[in-house]
Amino acid sequence: MKHLKMVVPAALAALLVFGCQNKPATQSLVRLATTTSVQDTGLLDVLTDAFQKDGKYKLQAIAVGSGQALQLGRTGEADILFVHSPEDEAQFVAEGFGTDRTTFMHNDFVILGPAADPAKVKGEKKAADAFKRIAAAKAVFVSRADQSGTNKKELKLWDEAKVKPAKDKYIEAGQGMAATLTMADEKKAYVLADRATYLSMRKTLGLVIVCEGGENLINRYSLILANPAKFPKVNAAGAQAFFDYVLSVPAKEMIEKFGLEKYGQQLFFYDYAVK
Amino acid sequence: MGFIAEGFQQALHLIFSGNAEIFAIARLSLAVSVLATAAAVLTGVPLGSWIAVKKFPLKKFLIALVNTGMGLPPVVAGLVVMLFLARSGPLGFLNWLYAPAGMILVQFIIALPIITALSVSAMQSVDPKFYQQVLTLGASDWQAIRVCLKEIRLTVLAAVIAGFGRLVAEVGAVMIVGGNIRHQTRMLTTATVMETNMGNFDIAIALGLILLTLSFAVNLTLTLIQQKKAGPL
Repeated sequence: MKHLKMVVPAALAALLVFGCQNKPATQSLVRLATTTSVQDTGLLDVLTDAFQKDGKYKLQAIAVGSGQALQLGRTGEADILFVHSPEDEAQFVAEGFGTDRTTFMHNDFVILGPAADPAKVKGEKKAADAFKRIAAAKAVFVSRADQSGTNKKELKLWDEAKVKPAKDKYIEAGQGMAATLTMADEKKAYVLADRATYLSMRKTLGLVIVCEGGENLINRYSLILANPAKFPKVNAAGAQAFFDYVLSVPAKEMIEKFGLEKYGQQLFFYDYAVK
Repeated sequence: MGFIAEGFQQALHLIFSGNAEIFAIARLSLAVSVLATAAAVLTGVPLGSWIAVKKFPLKKFLIALVNTGMGLPPVVAGLVVMLFLARSGPLGFLNWLYAPAGMILVQFIIALPIITALSVSAMQSVDPKFYQQVLTLGASDWQAIRVCLKEIRLTVLAAVIAGFGRLVAEVGAVMIVGGNIRHQTRMLTTATVMETNMGNFDIAIALGLILLTLSFAVNLTLTLIQQKKAGPL
């Protein structure tokens, strides 16, 4: 049992180190609930690094679907939210969970499908009509099915199309955007994706864009501060600092430049008029 | 087939070019799993031994409970620990959610029943007469347990290996409790899931190779200790 005796102090020491790492930093830890599309494109890493540069704050970014991100906001787990699900956001603020909702950037959704395009969607201008064709052709469709902003948008488009895909042709992935795209690619299925994630994964996908443009494919991102009156434990100052950083000139420039080098085109379009 | 070979090639390149981020991820994985295993051994071995040597009501029931715990799904452990550590939860004041401390805690909970259950059966393999004899020589309960543990140290080490193996390969619980935050709580397993999802198979393969290598190194060390003690039959 000799080696066990050596493990004891080592374990205790390491536990102390880990414990202490968290303790004094409590005030400066900012917990951001955001969406997988922001993480999977790499924008989150760039924003995090720039925001942490002055050493005042440490960002804990949890990348989940917008639905779960809003849920983290509802229980006071997150200090600030960076999401894209406009109707849920409005409700979230109306219910008093968040304040200062600011829509500041957008990208757009695209409908992707196999290059052979069995449902003949190509050339269709309106997203809802594209969905109609997919359902009519009984083509396979992969849904995020995770209550994310993209999933909400997809459900809304099915509503607008006034059709429902056949059950056995409608695959509910329950995963993030990137995982869902990989699945759709393997199954040669149609899928709704945000353009940024699609571009960041284009090299590994055989899927092509079959429908794009159009007002109802626009994907708007917002920041929402957790309501400190409702959740006294939130780091309001830190959340405000991230909020102010994202709505600043350096962040605007960074977001507008993001993707140019790696993907050859701008991924996110900044809409907020920085003062 | 092409991209698999390419993936391995890229993986080897990533490993040998000394990518700082990947090594930091590997360090965290190792630290969390080793600490959680150590904590589970320090608690589980005495607990299991005590259950084995003592007579008390519902003993068989307790052993069945511990054995069931061996099959505890990590995601269930992760979910429960997350709810406890959440700001709105009873242990929210610790600030352990989305931090390595929380990940160690949940892995400890997963490993504890494994190490306890294996310790119970290891201790029960000791001849009861031997244990009684040590007691009649004037040893206290714990002293007698320590003497017996020395006899069965090989089996106890096997329990340690089993526990560590389970933890280092675990993904669901650390994903929920740790949150896979870059530079903070990203582990080899959670990073592998993320890179696979994103279609970065080369990085995913590299992470997988590192995980296997680390796991092999730790197990080799433990096995060498074990076999040195075993000696020829």
